[in-house]
Amino acid sequence: MHIMVNGKEVELSQSVSIRQLIVSQEVATPEYVTVQLNEEFVSAAELDGTLLNDGDVVEFLYFMGGGQAKS
Amino acid sequence: MKFSDGQLERYSRQIILKEVGVKGQEKFLKAKVLIIGTGGLGAPAAMYLAAAGVGTVGLVDCDKVELSNLQRQIIHSTGDVGKPKVVSGQETIWDLNPEVEVVTYQEWVSAANIADIVKDRNYDFIIDATDNFPAKFLINDACVLMSRPFSHAGIIRFQGQTMTYVPGQGPCYRCVFVTPPPPDAVPTCRQAGVLGVMGGIIGTIQAAEALKYILGTGELLTGRLLTFDASTMNFRQITLARRATCQVCGDCPTISELIDHEQAVCGQK
Repeated sequence: MHIMVNGKEVELSQSVSIRQLIVSQEVATPEYVTVQLNEEFVSAAELDGTLLNDGDVVEFLYFMGGGQAKS
Repeated sequence: MKFSDGQLERYSRQIILKEVGVKGQEKFLKAKVLIIGTGGLGAPAAMYLAAAGVGTVGLVDCDKVELSNLQRQIIHSTGDVGKPKVVSGQETIWDLNPEVEVVTYQEWVSAANIADIVKDRNYDFIIDATDNFPAKFLINDACVLMSRPFSHAGIIRFQGQTMTYVPGQGPCYRCVFVTPPPPDAVPTCRQAGVLGVMGGIIGTIQAAEALKYILGTGELLTGRLLTFDASTMNFRQITLARRATCQVCGDCPTISELIDHEQAVCGQK
């Protein structure tokens, strides 16, 4: 089955949880990534129990600082 | 409003745009934009807004210009090293366009002062050009609670992202990122580095969002996160949902007053 991860097609031999996808995709700072599945946010508590299906669209959204000036 | 000959000439290339015209130019001249952070993102944003004739530009930054800033913070020059960034920024803007009123706030934003700064000139639009997450969440919460539109952006390495919040029109920054990461949990530009042009590309997009908001034209990045990867030159847009459980803009908000998250302290360098 195929899913889209941040705009790129990823082939999976079997359905995996989002948590497993985070590991296999070697997501940086996995504790602090925001996950969207088919344009809906997935809470941290749901990452283990949410299984991916063919055609799913996953977005990993990352914290990005930059700019200047501490608050 | 009557334009001087100098104004007509200075702004001629945008007045001929049907989306701007003399009415749009009047809107620019009356507009007030607050830029929080005069670094990589804030430098180009401030310069383009001033060039366009935005009447009042507020600059917030407690820092002084350092040599290591000049690789990307193009509002500051070599001779400005050691000078407060807001003063250096003000001087550059006045060289560029002396008609702009530049209001300087040489301080860090905090829960104690951000509402007063926003209300000082009743700013129409706010640009988050800060480098740290406590400030980004503070700006978000202040804008949601005070019903002000703002542009978020972040840059690191070859990457950048930006989104726009307009009250009542889609998700806020906290809908997407929920709560600040602990200090040093995610890499910053200081540790990981940043290509200088990233501030130019993303900060200029923030200025474009401010100008479009002032004009009331086009489609803003509300409900969309724009990401850019300079290593592949890929721009992507990710549709963002509002989070019903968002602590500040959700259905049952729990944040009703501003809080300071754990952060680096001014002068701690």
